Amino acid sequence: MEPNLLKNINTPDSHRIDVYIKNGGYQALPAALKMQTDALIQMVKDSGLRGRGGAGFSTGLKWSFITKDPTIAKYLCCNADEGEPGTFKDRIIIEKDPHQLIEGMAVACYAIGAHAAYIYIRGEFDFGARRLEQAISEAHQKGYLGKNILGTNFNCDIYVHKGAGAYICGEETALIESIEGKRGQPRIKPPFPAQVGLFAKPTVINNVETLACITHIINKGPKWFASIGPEKSPGPKIVGVSGHVKKPGLYELPMETPLREVIFTHAGGIRDGRKFKAAIPGGVSAPMLTEKDLDTTMDFDGMAAKGTMLGSAGVIVMDDTTCIVKVAMRTMGFFRHESCGKCTPCREGTDWTYKVLHRIEHGQGKDGDVELLEKLCGNIFGRTFCPLGDGAVMALRGALKNFKEEFLYHVKNKRCMV
Amino acid sequence: MLSTQAIENIKKAIAKYPTKKSASMDALMIAQKECGHLTEDILLEIAHLLDMPPVQLNQVAAFYTMYNKRPVGKYHIQVCTNISCSLLDSEHIVQFFSKRLGIKKGETTSDKKFTLSEVECLGSCGTAPMMQINDDYYENLTEAKVEEILKTLK
Ligand SMILES: Cc1cc2nc3c(=O)[nH]c(=O)nc-3n(C[C@H](O)[C@H](O)[C@H](O)COP(=O)(O)O)c2cc1C
Ligand code: SF4
Ligand code: FES
Repeated sequence: MEPNLLKNINTPDSHRIDVYIKNGGYQALPAALKMQTDALIQMVKDSGLRGRGGAGFSTGLKWSFITKDPTIAKYLCCNADEGEPGTFKDRIIIEKDPHQLIEGMAVACYAIGAHAAYIYIRGEFDFGARRLEQAISEAHQKGYLGKNILGTNFNCDIYVHKGAGAYICGEETALIESIEGKRGQPRIKPPFPAQVGLFAKPTVINNVETLACITHIINKGPKWFASIGPEKSPGPKIVGVSGHVKKPGLYELPMETPLREVIFTHAGGIRDGRKFKAAIPGGVSAPMLTEKDLDTTMDFDGMAAKGTMLGSAGVIVMDDTTCIVKVAMRTMGFFRHESCGKCTPCREGTDWTYKVLHRIEHGQGKDGDVELLEKLCGNIFGRTFCPLGDGAVMALRGALKNFKEEFLYHVKNKRCMV
Repeated sequence: MLSTQAIENIKKAIAKYPTKKSASMDALMIAQKECGHLTEDILLEIAHLLDMPPVQLNQVAAFYTMYNKRPVGKYHIQVCTNISCSLLDSEHIVQFFSKRLGIKKGETTSDKKFTLSEVECLGSCGTAPMMQINDDYYENLTEAKVEEILKTLK
């Protein structure tokens, strides 16, 4: 497949507006401004675009929930928190092709009637944040942002908001709290952000890659977009591959691509002549898959049918030297660190689970520890305020389901099987 | 005390939002860049600039990992040890730093030059193992590369 989202990344100075324009940029925005907003939203619906932030919700539908009342202020937030371990796709768009994102955001703002948008970028992406600031100022100079854009009466400003190291701020309501200058703790839903969002106004939150798809839908048409990949998961998708592969990196693929092809064709297969053991398909919250699941396609529904999720499509590949107990311990250590502390099952549960995994991994596991882990999972799952707690449980259950004997071996023999 | 430049920058941050409080995260980072870490006095000064109750600002400062509540060295070495990096032996990189600098993770060298930390995924998993030193990323790390990098940190 010809790359779309990653088309420009290897061009010298691809982050500069002149280069972006020379490669066909800023044609979607003028075209969109000539359309009625209803027709524009319909176009995004027709494309079948589903959010690339993890949940796969229809983008057009999300936009359509925003009130048309012109007297009410509305906001767009771009989720550039990219904190799900194993995920490194949004950073490349931000650093190498920021105008692709900014143009998509300007279109989105026009469609939903917003005049201000915030890009919530994780604090560690300092270079990316500076790139975005520069790109925003270039776009202002050329009249693609600011007042009376391209001679219309549409006004739009984009601001960069830097996070400061909290994975939970990727969750959309925590993200809103954080832009409001508070601790990043999730809000109760409903009300949903589409009704009561940022500064209590109707708000759309979209992922970087989702917004980057918008210009392509306008330039090439919703039919073109819908024709790529599976009917229910259309459009190009950036898949990131990391871990024990020969060629880690980003690959733009249709979502009908089987996991096997991602790992063994695109990423070059397993390093150092080792054997494949397991892969996490969509960031560490997604339960791991094994050899038997390699023919699953990298789409929302295919992954869901296997009890896991496409998530961020950050594929982490593990070879036969990998200790799954250690992976599980490190993963739970992450969730324990990132639990925002608002609800007890998550705060206490991730801590307790981590401690049990830690003692198993360090040869101090006790009889019954594996059963204890399963019980702890049951006490967290479905009882937490936001999906972080469930994500932690799903990840651990995935490891326990596929590699229970490894955990039991660790407990019994006080050491690793591999 | 914050410099006039820092106060100027905080005012610019305030202008991005309909409420002053929203600028708290920018303000904390602006102050940290200038002062190294956030002291009680600095927090009070920022709270005042933002018309925010100091306790609220303290809660924000405490919540986010990147705000240094304690002094850190001139170079804050932050090695990612999340899964993708761990699979490519980031622990070894941490140990190597530990040996080279004579400190354990979480510690600062006695000359206040280096602080060594382990951090969560930095969104650079395809070039693991990797780390961040102050604002910059260093990727595809090896012992030799770490040696070279250390030479550039004066
Ligand atoms: C704990 C947690 C972390 C999340 N982190 C991110 C993130 O880093 N980036 C992102 O785009 N979405 C993240 N999400 C999903 C967002 O809540 C939201 O669904 C998404 O940004 C919507 O955008 P989309 O419809 O374009 O996918 C996270 C969700 C949860 C529960
Ligand atoms: S599930 Fe965890 S992260 Fe989510 S609100 Fe509860 S404590 Fe916070
Ligand atoms: S796991 Fe180290 S950068 Fe993502």
